[in-house]
Amino acid sequence: MEYLIQVLNGLQLGLLMFLLAAGLTLTFGIMDLVNLAHGSLYMMGAYFAWTLIGWTDSFVLGALLAIPATFLLGVVVEVVVARRLYARDHLAQVLATFGLILFFNELVRAIWGPDGKSIAVPAFLDHTVEILPGIPYPAYRFALIVVGTAVALLLAWLVARTRLGMLIRAGASNRRMIGALGVNIELLFTLVFGLGAAFAGLAGLMAAPIASVKIGMGDDILIVAFVIIVIGGIGSIKGAFVAALMVGQIDIVGRAFLPDFLKTFLDPASASAAAPAISQVLIYVVMAAVLVWRPTGLFGQRS
Amino acid sequence: MTGKLFGGATVAAMLALGLQPAFAQQAVKIGFVSTFSGPQAAIGEDMRRSVDLAVEHLGGKMGGKPIQIIYEDDQFKPDVGKQRSEKLVEQDKANFIAGYIWSNVLLASLKTVADEGDTIMISANAGPSQIAGELCNKNFFSTSWQNDQTPMAMGEYLNQKGVKNLYLVGPNYAAGKDMLAGLKRTYKGKIVGEDYTKWPDQLDFSAELTKIGAAKPDGIFIFYPGAHGVQFVKQWAQAGLNKTVPLYQVFSIDAITLPQQGDLALGTLGAQEWVNDLPNDQNKRYVEDFKKKYNVYPSYYGAQSYDAIMLIASAVEALKGDLSNKDKVRAEMKKANFKSLRGDFKFGNNNFPVENFYIQETVKDPQGLMTVKTIATAVTAAKDPFADKCPMK
Amino acid sequence: MQTSLIASLRTPRGLVTTALLLVLALLPLLTQALDQRYLLLVGTRIVIWSIAAASLNMILGYGGLVSFGHAAFFGIGGYTVGILSANGINSGWIQWPAAVAIAGVWAALIGALSLRTRGVYFIMITLAFAQLVYYLGSGLEAYGGDDGLNIGRSRFSGLIDLRDKASFYWLCFALLLATLWFSSRLVNSRFGYVLRGAKSNELRMTALGFPIFRYRLAAFAIAGAFGALAGILLANEGAYISPAMMSWVKSGDLIVIVVLGGMGALFGPLYGAIGFFAVEEFLKPLLDLLHKGWGEYWQIVFGPLLVMVALYAQGGIDSLLGRRHG
Repeated sequence: MEYLIQVLNGLQLGLLMFLLAAGLTLTFGIMDLVNLAHGSLYMMGAYFAWTLIGWTDSFVLGALLAIPATFLLGVVVEVVVARRLYARDHLAQVLATFGLILFFNELVRAIWGPDGKSIAVPAFLDHTVEILPGIPYPAYRFALIVVGTAVALLLAWLVARTRLGMLIRAGASNRRMIGALGVNIELLFTLVFGLGAAFAGLAGLMAAPIASVKIGMGDDILIVAFVIIVIGGIGSIKGAFVAALMVGQIDIVGRAFLPDFLKTFLDPASASAAAPAISQVLIYVVMAAVLVWRPTGLFGQRS
Repeated sequence: MTGKLFGGATVAAMLALGLQPAFAQQAVKIGFVSTFSGPQAAIGEDMRRSVDLAVEHLGGKMGGKPIQIIYEDDQFKPDVGKQRSEKLVEQDKANFIAGYIWSNVLLASLKTVADEGDTIMISANAGPSQIAGELCNKNFFSTSWQNDQTPMAMGEYLNQKGVKNLYLVGPNYAAGKDMLAGLKRTYKGKIVGEDYTKWPDQLDFSAELTKIGAAKPDGIFIFYPGAHGVQFVKQWAQAGLNKTVPLYQVFSIDAITLPQQGDLALGTLGAQEWVNDLPNDQNKRYVEDFKKKYNVYPSYYGAQSYDAIMLIASAVEALKGDLSNKDKVRAEMKKANFKSLRGDFKFGNNNFPVENFYIQETVKDPQGLMTVKTIATAVTAAKDPFADKCPMK
Repeated sequence: MQTSLIASLRTPRGLVTTALLLVLALLPLLTQALDQRYLLLVGTRIVIWSIAAASLNMILGYGGLVSFGHAAFFGIGGYTVGILSANGINSGWIQWPAAVAIAGVWAALIGALSLRTRGVYFIMITLAFAQLVYYLGSGLEAYGGDDGLNIGRSRFSGLIDLRDKASFYWLCFALLLATLWFSSRLVNSRFGYVLRGAKSNELRMTALGFPIFRYRLAAFAIAGAFGALAGILLANEGAYISPAMMSWVKSGDLIVIVVLGGMGALFGPLYGAIGFFAVEEFLKPLLDLLHKGWGEYWQIVFGPLLVMVALYAQGGIDSLLGRRHG
């Protein structure tokens, strides 16, 4: 019983991470851009949502407005900074986008102040549902699973069935090819970057009611998002999806079951000391292992 | 324009190099190291507001001399905190250095300030066990507590209340482990579960809350400072556990987090050495003026900082502003002859306060603001458990 | 050698570098004369960070290997000293070689795994290993865990007292010169030729029959060992160690310093460290002067400054000193 809920917890966490990782792997795969500032877009999405929900007095409306707002911010970032970085090496990209993180964090502090903000769970989701008799589960987390799955399906459709998706796939495997197809590459890149920003913003605002809206909220989980796209293979939406769900489950297993598991062959004191330490590094160990085994990730392009 | 900019740069360089204008020579210089940027800046802001208010209440003077406060940002990093402290000692030649939210920043700066700099240091928050025990220092004073004390007080209260079993959750870092260990020092009931979560990047507590739901304990005890406290309380309530399992906390629900936790935190109990409704005149004045000036409640971070400034003022006043003899300054500091916001205040052998701890409940005030109120005294004149390891008398 | 030294003195780079080294060599005397002891402490930090940046420059600047986990070697150096000293082994003659050796072995180990990957995968795998070391450090409760640990400084019986700020500074400065000397010998050797060649054209070097994997691995191990040297000095500077010294942000800072100074430039790490710390020390008071209270938002300026460096100053400070030869 408890096991089932924990699987759901892992699924929900994985889907949330997928929203963040999807945009990252898109910009990475098609523009070859290491964007450390992706976490800042996640943060901006949450702050936009906080302001807009305050104005509209409605969670749904505020959230629906925050997504295009983050898209627009993404477009601005692309035009002002990001597009100048595509032709540069990864080092310059890391440096520049690290600078953007500092800029956005302090900008938020200057605009919204240093204390965190809170977005309440919308009233219609503010209850628990019994998934099995006597086992309650927060309705909002269910909503997260539903939205996460819907976005994953939407993205799968977008990539597999549309012209934009065709260009994205082409770009991820061979960047020069899309130029040869006679596409306005600049516009395509701006669009993809904005799309990635919108997904990050969506992840940020969806996470806000369970987490808190605060400065640097995206930095904490950005590294995890990178781990996900690297395990999945850069540029692969499918890889990001599989890896995100994997990381979600690994994380939950490490926290929920590892202590008990260790107790079967360690004394309780060492088991409870070792478990959190191991679960903290588990995803890094998995990533290192995957890369040693497949140097370009699970679904990455062979070079 | 360029000329002006260049002029600005020169003055900036002069300032940075410590070529202070002459008027500052006379002032009592107090360095204040805290976090003023990044995710934890809200705490630093609360402290700064309280320090500013203390200076205002003192009329801007101590022992007839003007007060000069130099704020330095530790950026929540121990090495930066140490550098800024170093600057205050070597360049600003500060008479006192106060502040320090974080144990690691304080530990990194201790040697530089108190030993090699022979400067008096006042922690307005951090209280690592080492400094209460074997690393205790004649130049170091605390206006807060030692880490273990607050959870120990909570443990005592839970014993009195007859809470039979508890589930403990805290972050997997030094202070988190200290806090949970502190509770276990005094709590006599059964510990049905104990989880340490990733720090600082865990935003989801669903796995732990699911385990708690299955274990059905009589209560949960948590330590989650700042934004993590917001997240835990929200998720605890969203999981429906607020209806079945009461939450007991230390440092997780306070004036800084409450605006975000809102109604979800109502009715939760916490332990603290200072509460905004403690019935003494200086506290009433502090809380009223703070609310008037900033429209929010002060937190214990602020109260401890206010006390730090008042403690310094008491020593400076007693010596009529003559700080040339450090032994005398230390002796005056140790007397703690000032009106603390928590009422009676005295130092133990290790220069940590010997003080009461109260149990506070989260409530809504008549204006609808979230706040806490005292409901019980958990322990009186409590000494920290490491004082015996300190060789000072 | 002699003539090239004199010739190089005539270039702006030679002049600036010579003047800089002269000032640095005399810094303890200058700061004492001017009664600016704090500047000496800033100088010490700059010199130590220059050593770390120089070690990263060996693989990043010359080898093109973007290691995003170099601060881990800070930690390995610092923690070896700290753990030994906490257990009563205070002699620097034991502590220092042990720290360097452990870091070298660890670097060789993770290098062997990491160097199988390329590009961003390499960035991420080096980060992953650094995170492992970081969390190991925070898990060492006996040595302070996350809070860190106050330690005794290394002892070199009678030879030098590390508590004396001036002697400690001169030791750091001497070690910086040694590091730079070593790195210039390294890159100008056959070994360095292969390393630099592999950066610009890996296929060609492989085709020429060079086992570039082994060359890179050796460079990675050497860089790790020198990184630990900086960690040893950092631990002794503050008489304190903590996991924060190896957080990924510090790895990022090191990359910033190397790029800021000029990748693959011999003195680049020194220029970079000076630039980096100067910004930290001066930008804040400068902004405060323009408008009181602005200083706290210095990163709003610093962030875009980094973007500008990345976009328009790829050669870093070094390139401002004119074209490089060779």
